[in-house]
Amino acid sequence: MNATIDRLRYRSQLRQPASERHEDSHPLTWRLREDNESIDLAEYQRKNGYVGTQRALTEHSASEVIDIVKEANVRGRGGAGFPAGVKWSLTLQGEDIPRGYLVCNADEMEPGTFKDRMLLEQQPHLLIEGMIIGAYANNSRFGYIFLRDEYRAAAVSITRALNEAREAGWLGKNIAGSGFDFDIALHTGAGRYICGEETALLNSLEGHRANPRDKPPFPGQSGAWGKPTVVNNVETLCNVPGVLQHGADWYQQLSGGRSDDGGTKLYGVSGQVERTGLWELPIGTTGEELMALAGGMQSGHELKAWLPGGGSTGLLLPEHLELPLDFDSIGKAGSRLGTGLLTVISRQQSIVALLRNLEQFFARESCGWCTPCREGLPWTVKVLQALERGEGEPEDIELLQQLGKGLGPGQTFCAHAPGASMPLTSALKYFRDEFEAGVARPHTAVEEA
Amino acid sequence: MSTEQTVNTIASDRFELERADREAMQQECEHFEQPQAACIEALKIVQRRYGWVPDDAIPAVAEALGLPPANVEGVATFYSLIFRQPVGRHVILLCDSSSCFLNDYDTLRAAFEEKLGIGYGQTTEDGRFTLLPVCCLGACDRGPALMIDDDTFGPVRPEDIDELLETYS
Repeated sequence: MNATIDRLRYRSQLRQPASERHEDSHPLTWRLREDNESIDLAEYQRKNGYVGTQRALTEHSASEVIDIVKEANVRGRGGAGFPAGVKWSLTLQGEDIPRGYLVCNADEMEPGTFKDRMLLEQQPHLLIEGMIIGAYANNSRFGYIFLRDEYRAAAVSITRALNEAREAGWLGKNIAGSGFDFDIALHTGAGRYICGEETALLNSLEGHRANPRDKPPFPGQSGAWGKPTVVNNVETLCNVPGVLQHGADWYQQLSGGRSDDGGTKLYGVSGQVERTGLWELPIGTTGEELMALAGGMQSGHELKAWLPGGGSTGLLLPEHLELPLDFDSIGKAGSRLGTGLLTVISRQQSIVALLRNLEQFFARESCGWCTPCREGLPWTVKVLQALERGEGEPEDIELLQQLGKGLGPGQTFCAHAPGASMPLTSALKYFRDEFEAGVARPHTAVEEA
Repeated sequence: MSTEQTVNTIASDRFELERADREAMQQECEHFEQPQAACIEALKIVQRRYGWVPDDAIPAVAEALGLPPANVEGVATFYSLIFRQPVGRHVILLCDSSSCFLNDYDTLRAAFEEKLGIGYGQTTEDGRFTLLPVCCLGACDRGPALMIDDDTFGPVRPEDIDELLETYS
């Protein structure tokens, strides 16, 4: 193993040192080790692990667990912000209804997002706890962790943790003497961003092409193999054990009045800042506060724009950094919080080139199921490429506007194309002049040559 | 699940699954309500052994799982990490998503292409490396990032390439 390899090897890492993380304020990260190694069962239990699970399964009914999660208002951390407790309350349950599945969406591929990777690699037992509690609340008979294939270190960490949990009786029959049976299998994917869309994920889990499914029925009514199925993001599930351990009020106050939402959030920054990285902070922390932690822009760079939570969120301007980074505030500003990991863009960066890169990604990753997405995205790329070369047509700006609308919400089966349209329409709104500069000025250049 | 329930399967006499692989595929079925769900893992089992999934493996996998070959073919052509042509001994996946793009991905890609003398989707003449793009690797805090086989690296600069590749013979 040469020194270069060692220096370059990627390790998921939280920026906050242990001295700044506490049990009562940093539920997602206070247990993390300074050496970034995966926490085994013994250490996890020493650090009050599985207390939330024990409490949920032995002191509460399933519907009480749902009520507590509802009261805490845990909002989905995969990007949509849908309240997890409400989602759970919509799962079909009853004597005549077969027990279904709880699926953890660990298919993190949103451009600019590297938060679930850290949780999966370093703290798999927190996720397993969240899944046990979720399964108990939703009467799920079995769970799957749908992990993207590239997360090899996470697969090792999860596999070990599942074995430990099974051996210790946290998975299997009669968990913690509660009479509840549940187990989890790890399913690794084989590429394709679209697998992160929850119904495409279910098709992939069933071994099909990952095309999305029509809704309704929603997965809670008819999901994997037609059974009631809950799909939750990694970070969402990792929020649940703390809620059951400390209660809904505790969870609510974690945001310290910065937001109507409760809890903390894994925030991150990548792009042209001094210190890229990941932090656990109260939800509602402002963009300015986060940028300060990231040390501001690199020298020689000035902030031009930022994506609040991945490639499928709309661009925002420097002035928007004063907003709380929560679902409602960023939504009102015309974008989406998404995954909450900022991509920071320098003045020196051409917006047209960045959009070309983003739309190439969405075009390549379209599953091809419905027309606006299959046809519209490659068309968008073609137009952007022409503008980037300075060979655009005068009508291209209007064409991009129309494409943005045609790819938008309500036009397609799933959220893939609307996700692609968000950065496009926001870029046209804020940086129209850059697109206009890509329109070819006919004749003059040619004549001079 | 029984392998007797084969429907529409046309076994190929040009390809036979290793017994251990066949058993691993059938064991994978135990996790799911339907054998179709083991399809992706079954293709990955073939790929782990041969490096890629040859056409003739499709009916063999279908037969092992009791599925129509068209179902297996449909899956095998959808997923980007199922390789349908031979690849090199080591596969390099360059992250081409936004954060890496902002961190000089274009330069890194050009350096790899020049160093290896190949473009995306191609394999070096000595059969050592295949170069492919990949979706955001979730290593954006250290872009530009890439994977070689099971390992993830970042940030990788053009001057690191020689030493990085040395380890993969």
